[in-house]
Amino acid sequence: MRRSKTGDWAAWAFLAPVTLYLAAFYAYPLYRNVELSLRNYTVRSFVQGGAPFAGLDNYRKILSDPTFGPALLHTVVFTGASLAFQFGIGLALAVFFHQHFPLSRTLRALFLVPWLLPLIVSASTWSWMLNSDAGVVNAALGAVGVGPVNWLTSPDWSLVSVIIANIWIGIPFNLVVLYSGLQAIPTTMYEAASLDGATGWQRFWRITFPLLRPVSAITLLLGLIYTLKVFDIIWIMTRGGPTDSSTTFATWSYRLGFGNLLPSFGPGAAVGNLLIVMALVFGLVYIRLQRRQRA
Amino acid sequence: MTRLLRTVAGVVLTAFMLFPVYWMINVSFTRDRDMRADPPHLFPVNGTLEGYRAVLDQQLPYLGTSLLVGLGTVALTVTLAAPAGYALAKLRPVGGGVLSFVLLIAQMIPGIIMAMGFYAIYLNLGVLNSIPGLILADSTIAVPFGVLIFTAFMSGIPEELMQAAVVDGAGRLRTFWSVVLPVSRNSIVTVSLFAFLWAWSDFIFASTLDGGGDHQPITLGIYQYIGNNNQQWNAIMATAVVASVPATILLVLAQRYVAAGVTAGAVKD
Repeated sequence: MRRSKTGDWAAWAFLAPVTLYLAAFYAYPLYRNVELSLRNYTVRSFVQGGAPFAGLDNYRKILSDPTFGPALLHTVVFTGASLAFQFGIGLALAVFFHQHFPLSRTLRALFLVPWLLPLIVSASTWSWMLNSDAGVVNAALGAVGVGPVNWLTSPDWSLVSVIIANIWIGIPFNLVVLYSGLQAIPTTMYEAASLDGATGWQRFWRITFPLLRPVSAITLLLGLIYTLKVFDIIWIMTRGGPTDSSTTFATWSYRLGFGNLLPSFGPGAAVGNLLIVMALVFGLVYIRLQRRQRA
Repeated sequence: MTRLLRTVAGVVLTAFMLFPVYWMINVSFTRDRDMRADPPHLFPVNGTLEGYRAVLDQQLPYLGTSLLVGLGTVALTVTLAAPAGYALAKLRPVGGGVLSFVLLIAQMIPGIIMAMGFYAIYLNLGVLNSIPGLILADSTIAVPFGVLIFTAFMSGIPEELMQAAVVDGAGRLRTFWSVVLPVSRNSIVTVSLFAFLWAWSDFIFASTLDGGGDHQPITLGIYQYIGNNNQQWNAIMATAVVASVPATILLVLAQRYVAAGVTAGAVKD
């Protein structure tokens, strides 16, 4: 049904609040952020204005910063490892729960808990569990004869620690989305395969896996966009340390802008803008993929 | 028999997954002197309520602020998102597609970047450390999601229902208010639930925009507990338990809305 011109006006009247909101509280902060990254701000000029235009100086500064290489590597490792395990475990659990046994609904609902908890709650709980001296994880490792690991205080383990916590938080999302993807696969397919004598393993690789591919792609891409943004868990558990060993772009940006007594807003905003470019590239891939599936 | 085995396996997996949650509760009841026991006590034998007493003494104002911020965010989000969802789903104006696209993109912007932009703006406006400022910032997490949920849901409302209202002489505003909104109850619950939960859990906006305020949310309450190098882990974990209460209530009361929200946008229906 084609609408008249007046119909459009009425529709945009309903959309006006959200449009103004997007302009004022999305576009403008983003614009300020770009502006921050292109000027040479001091605390004084941050408050009073009048910071000199610096072009791409801030970007040059962060590219040659010794933190840049490690932060990039950690961002890639953190994102890649988190995604691989969240997805793998989430898929295994989804297939498991798809078998419908007594209590399966209730147990599946309980699996949502880690995802719903405030991140500061999860992060502080993991901090205490991974404590070198009094943590329950080291106690459990000790019981099977493995020496204590300095999870949060050793540069070799800090990134692993935050990845473990992040995997734990991300499993529920993967489980729920993949489970709903499984439900969309017609049961007649499985019945036909059973009649043909297919084993459980064959059913998974020949039916479940290929038919789940579109949902899997979407899950992974959304997971990627979410994981690039992760800040709370790392900052609360390790503050990106010790000595940058768990610093990602997100925590680096925060530390530059807010983590020191003397903030460097320009470079902080520049790191943030690099992060946004990464997120948007994958975001556009996601939208493309989703559109194609809907068509 | 295999069904029973599966249930057993399911219970074991769930117990393993939820162990950190159990551990948080366990530690919240543990006495200070048992905190560094080796091996750690698996059950709070000789448990204490000291941690919860500390919550009552010190954290109530923080909880109050979080509640206020959460409710404010819900109100703002639904007010902005519901009419937009209606317009995009049912009135489908020229340019609506572009707006939907912008909303999708908006959801992907990392919080730290928004926080830095907001900080610069709030500093100049002098609204740092204020509750309305925090509500406004927190709502940016939920508004794009809200519009997308409302659009998806309201597309499913039958045209006949709205045409009947038009025949009765109702204008678009009237149709929206007395036909569309009442039948959209489920989506209103889903959006409110997530808006509340995200605002309640927000740490990044709170720490950047409200770090020096008189009224701070519970996430900052916990953060300061940890930051002060406080060794009272029972108090920290007790606060964490209390801060998890809203999530638990929502899960128990509104599980199907939660699942709906998680999958929305990720899976075509």
